[in-house]
Amino acid sequence: MSERVSSTGSANAYDVIVIGAGANGLAAATRLAQAGRRVLLLERADALGGQGAVLEFAPGFRAAPLGIDPGWVPPAVARSLGLESLATDTSDAPLSVAVAPGSFLTLSRDAGRAAEAIRAHSAKDAAAWPAFTARLHRLADFLGALYQTPSPDVGLTSMADLPALARLALKYRGLGPRDMIEFLRILPSSVWDLLDDAFESTPLKGAVAAGGIQDYRQGPRSGGTGYVLLHHLVGAPAGMVRGRLPWAGGPGAFTAAAEAAARRAGVTIRTGAAVTRIVVRDDAATGVVLANGEEISAGAVLSTADATRTLLEWVDPVWLDPEFMHAVANIRYRGCTAVVLYALEALPSVPGLASPEALAGLVSLTPSVRALEKAADAAKFGEISEHPHVEITVPTLRAAGLADGGKHVLVARVQYAPYALRDGAAWDAARRDALADRVSAAIEAVAPGFGGRVRHRVALSPRDLEERFGLREGAPSGGELGLDQILFMRPVAGWGRHATPIRGLYLGGVSAHPGPGILGGAGWLAANRLLEDGRGGKGRS
Amino acid sequence: MLKTTPFHARTSALVRAQTWRRWAGYQMASAYDPHPDREYAAIRNSAALIDVSPLYKYRITGRDAMRLLDRTITRDMTKLKPGQVYYTPWCDGHGKVVDDGTVTRLDEHAYRLTSADSSLRWLHLNAAGMQVDVEDISEKAGALSLQGPLSRAILSTVSPADLGALKYFRYIDTTIRDIPVGLSRTGYTGDLGYEIWVDAARAVELWDALMAAGKPYGLTPAGVWALDIARIEAGLIMMDVDYFSSHHALTEQRKSSPYEINLGWAVSPGKGPFNGRRALAEERARGASWAFMGLEIEWDTFERLFTAEGLPPQIPNVAWRTSVPVYDAGRQVGYATSGCWSPLLKKSLALAHLRAPYAAPGTRLGIEITVEHKRRRATAVVSKLPFFDPERKKA
Amino acid sequence: MTPRYDVIVVGGGHNGLVAAAYLARAGRKTLVLERRHLVGGAAVTEEIFPGFKFTVFSYVVSLLRPEIIRDLDLPAHGLQILPLESTVTPLDNGDYLAGWADPDETRRELCRHSPRDADAAAVFGRLMHHMAMAVKPILGMVPPDLTSLSPRDLAGLLKLGGHFRSLGPERFHALHKLMTMSSADYLDEWFEFGPLKATKSASGIIGTFLGPRSPGSAYVLLHHYMGELDGAFRAWGFQKGGTGGISESIAGAARAHGVTIRENAAVERVLVKNGRATGVVLEGGEEIPASIVVSGLDPRLTFERLVEPRELPDDLVDAVRRFKFRGSSGKVNLALAGLPDFTCMPGEGPHLRGAISISPSVEYLERAYDDAKYGEFSRHPYMDIVLPSMIDPNMAPPGKHVMSIFVQYAPYDLNGGWTDAKREAFGDAVIDTVSRYAPNLKSLILHRQVLTPADIERMTGLSEGNIFQGELALQQLFFLRPLPKWANYRTPIRGYWQCGAGTHPGGGIMGASGRLAALEILKAGS
Repeated sequence: MSERVSSTGSANAYDVIVIGAGANGLAAATRLAQAGRRVLLLERADALGGQGAVLEFAPGFRAAPLGIDPGWVPPAVARSLGLESLATDTSDAPLSVAVAPGSFLTLSRDAGRAAEAIRAHSAKDAAAWPAFTARLHRLADFLGALYQTPSPDVGLTSMADLPALARLALKYRGLGPRDMIEFLRILPSSVWDLLDDAFESTPLKGAVAAGGIQDYRQGPRSGGTGYVLLHHLVGAPAGMVRGRLPWAGGPGAFTAAAEAAARRAGVTIRTGAAVTRIVVRDDAATGVVLANGEEISAGAVLSTADATRTLLEWVDPVWLDPEFMHAVANIRYRGCTAVVLYALEALPSVPGLASPEALAGLVSLTPSVRALEKAADAAKFGEISEHPHVEITVPTLRAAGLADGGKHVLVARVQYAPYALRDGAAWDAARRDALADRVSAAIEAVAPGFGGRVRHRVALSPRDLEERFGLREGAPSGGELGLDQILFMRPVAGWGRHATPIRGLYLGGVSAHPGPGILGGAGWLAANRLLEDGRGGKGRS
Repeated sequence: MLKTTPFHARTSALVRAQTWRRWAGYQMASAYDPHPDREYAAIRNSAALIDVSPLYKYRITGRDAMRLLDRTITRDMTKLKPGQVYYTPWCDGHGKVVDDGTVTRLDEHAYRLTSADSSLRWLHLNAAGMQVDVEDISEKAGALSLQGPLSRAILSTVSPADLGALKYFRYIDTTIRDIPVGLSRTGYTGDLGYEIWVDAARAVELWDALMAAGKPYGLTPAGVWALDIARIEAGLIMMDVDYFSSHHALTEQRKSSPYEINLGWAVSPGKGPFNGRRALAEERARGASWAFMGLEIEWDTFERLFTAEGLPPQIPNVAWRTSVPVYDAGRQVGYATSGCWSPLLKKSLALAHLRAPYAAPGTRLGIEITVEHKRRRATAVVSKLPFFDPERKKA
Repeated sequence: MTPRYDVIVVGGGHNGLVAAAYLARAGRKTLVLERRHLVGGAAVTEEIFPGFKFTVFSYVVSLLRPEIIRDLDLPAHGLQILPLESTVTPLDNGDYLAGWADPDETRRELCRHSPRDADAAAVFGRLMHHMAMAVKPILGMVPPDLTSLSPRDLAGLLKLGGHFRSLGPERFHALHKLMTMSSADYLDEWFEFGPLKATKSASGIIGTFLGPRSPGSAYVLLHHYMGELDGAFRAWGFQKGGTGGISESIAGAARAHGVTIRENAAVERVLVKNGRATGVVLEGGEEIPASIVVSGLDPRLTFERLVEPRELPDDLVDAVRRFKFRGSSGKVNLALAGLPDFTCMPGEGPHLRGAISISPSVEYLERAYDDAKYGEFSRHPYMDIVLPSMIDPNMAPPGKHVMSIFVQYAPYDLNGGWTDAKREAFGDAVIDTVSRYAPNLKSLILHRQVLTPADIERMTGLSEGNIFQGELALQQLFFLRPLPKWANYRTPIRGYWQCGAGTHPGGGIMGASGRLAALEILKAGS
């Protein structure tokens, strides 16, 4: 690595360097530029968007491999970035689950319609459904409030935080006694228990439970999957039990709008600029060094890369407390999700599925919680599930522009494909293809003739996701959503408020609170923290 | 079973009164004679041979060996030349002392760290992101401390090394008879002396060679009791006796910074980043609130306490290691952590933590003495450390 | 007529006895009703085969609260805890991993496997010490109702908040990790030697339906260190004469304070009039009036069997239904003609005076868990083996021995249900697995008693055979144990109280639930 240090002593060209131009990087950069900071946004890839990026995976076929669930923009971020007008596609995108080949249970967002569908399986469950989804919605909504403020922490909370803290406490009280308890009870619970307590229908439980294991290397029986389920429902409209509404303008709409906002605010954006080092002098971040050896100085650095890369790979370890480094090294990422992208000649025919539009929603091929658990068992031992959990969607039904000539794209999210394989085995092409074959077979089982419509198939193992999206261990979570890795414990205990032990270095990626799927959430909070701390100079204003 | 050192075959035969103790999990002689006086006298008058093998020892090599040590210890590693030894503390991120020991630069690329406590985990935590090998050689290497005014004379009969050229806190690789050894001009007695590092397999041979060579010079094997008196006279601290390692301390109050245990001289403020740098800079600017000083107990006030009970003054022949309150008038202003009767200085000495305002040399304080089941106070005068510092130590 | 008793305690388990003793000590006329012919509940010693005394269910003491030992002067009533200090884990390669009483010896043993782990173990031990210190005050706290705005509950919340603040961020965060992580993940942050992690994590799964990789299993690691913290009081070890001796000593103290204990007196139900408990009726029809009835039984029995659901609010009935028991452990008690010979440590050694842990790897434990998840008993279970006769020679005829094998996992809900044949198959799996490490075991067996969770339920009454009266999972702890709003030992029926391990803090032979309940009853009454 080149050690060329070319700082000239003249004033820095930038006040703040933001690393990574995903949702968080764009939000942070915009927020900082709006506050008068001169901001340079550096992106390793050639395109912006991070996890939301849209790839052309086959000639004429495009998809956002990690965009099945587009995520949620907190209102405060949307306001700040001027994205309030960014429209979501509010048409019903139901969740369907394969009960058996040729038979599906389809859960509309409309609780009444969903209850109607459930009635075929259990009248009791049908009756319980509206109240269940309403409760999930209320609890997720409270979590959403927690996600828009720095996380309260014992001992660290200053007087200045008290108003926000009081608002949260009030909001919590506002849940009412029953939901206050349910919130605390659900977080550490397993979705297995949660759903067993609520329902008797096997496919219904399977359909909802899959939300508790999304990108999480645990089975539905594990404590804490209750929280994961809620986390992925933050910002979802009432009645939805998986994922959030897609953008009306297609998967790339958010990135495009956020980029425009950043440029409007005066952010300088450089793509193809991979950071290899963060320069630290006298306990303070003073700039970055790029892969080409170029050093760029700034008063502060805000990284949206994962905490481990930022702190253990980019910062010289001599600046960090050994115990702190140990804590960072112990962050569990544990990617376990693979994605298979299919370029299709025509829409697959899925007998038993209520309507073709159901394919625009999410279709889970795993009929029971038990089957999800079985799939998870393999991952514990570093093995790929023999019968992985597969969920599919056809985004071209909503965004026809993703495929040329009226053709279609099918995205399959697959668990469990653990990043770290048993005995250090490699994620080579043979393993990846074998997994993709299993996925194709699983789809074929519910959509006879599917194979014949596939023109291209691209499988992305966790290793591939790591390379393509810069995700450590291929984990879209930026650190798995265990209860010990959220809120004030994210990314590590005691550093849940976006600062780091290095003065002027901030973490604002999904590794930081509030984590994945909350678009711009961490970046916005990190930028606020940076501004509160008065870092990165006073700007031009 | 407890561990035994590589010299056990020889030392065990010499322990006449079954006076064994534990030292870092090893079975060690407190004294060889039933009475330790002669062993102590050898340290100050002729020479003593002390088995110090229970010290933890690490060999540190690799591209980042120097950086690892520099980030860990409080002294400036970039200034440690090959063949030089540092005595140094090292701190946690809050500037509290974890342990103290020596760092020897064995050659251009290899270092040896000795410590009172096992340091493997701490070194590994510190080595995150570095290319470095840390080898625990604690059990592979035996260590003998040859201390006393005649130690050089004894060594010169068995080693080809130019001992005159081996300065204080310097190290060389040499042989004793035909046994390869590492030799450093260091010790824990504050006297002229050497520490000798040997492959465990040849430890017994080394012992025999030194004992044979030392015979005409009155070389005497000495145990921990004798060493303890010598180190108190020399004002040398002991971990978990005079201070708690910050890794062992059960409360914050039990932790000490280097400034608070008389090791401020070993903190190099201008060096590169190291653990506790920020906290130590702040403490230096603020001034430490505690000092670690010597106390000389005034004989007359001491004797009077006994006379009042119709007793002659009672003087233990081994050092004590219990915490004893120290007062200014009615108010406790510190505590002594170890002490002894110095047979050489003919004084009762103690090492004490004192609140900064009471730490000036010459300050008269009261130290608690239990006489005939009653808590009394004798006058103790604050003194600089060391109590005893002979010219020959560095000459 | 005036009732003869102020208080009736239903169930003579250790918590019921502790509660009764505290109540009587404060002057309440107290009656304990026990269904079986002996008190102790799951802490009993029985001579199942002539000359062989078994600590039938619970077999070691870890957490008996020192304040109870002092307050009730239990040593004067026979409490005598003998040291049980080592743990030896036989490894599949013929070696072993041992933890001895002496720290230097343990360190040396650990160094043999991993010098770094030996170092880490010392630091880890100190952290656990801090964590145990942090948890100790919580064990002695009556959980407040989080949703209430009453001064009592707000004061309780403030006290709790104050406690967490007083820990400081570092320890609070460490406690948070311990409460939420899986034991395997937690230990992965500290250690590298697999069998060490497995053996330590095994203590995190005892009595729960969790695997070592299940989040929520880490905090039970603390239990071991809690015992150590109070170790100065010798609260950790093996009771002379078996755990029944503990129950007898508490019963002795209770009697000394004037408690009447009736065995063979099964309570049919609690009498409730106008929302208020007025006494109990025994099986057979005898009615005994009292103004206070305390149930030492688990929440299901307390709320579903002893009283009519119509006496209870609907949300409580729902919450009881959701309360998880899921017995996961069994017990095999053996009468032996001689000593087992462990291949890893042949002959009679100090290891036979301590625990033998069959926990060669985390994967082994996790696979044992996987069997149970799908309704089978573990083909190769985790086992904690003790030879009580090696610690107290009075437990077996001279030269002969008793072996206590705690086994996990044996699910209560076995596929197809537990039958005699399944029980014997389970017993065989246990013996076969132990025999892999001690091949002479089979030839020594004179008698064997195999207990499945179904048997534990039948014999002790513990629902689903859960030895803690309900799973010790985060969502069932503190103000959620057993039920939100009713974690303060009260029930919606006035004068009807709970004191079993199903209440905070629960679990193990701790006695804290009984004590806290009694103190609350006294406070409410004064």
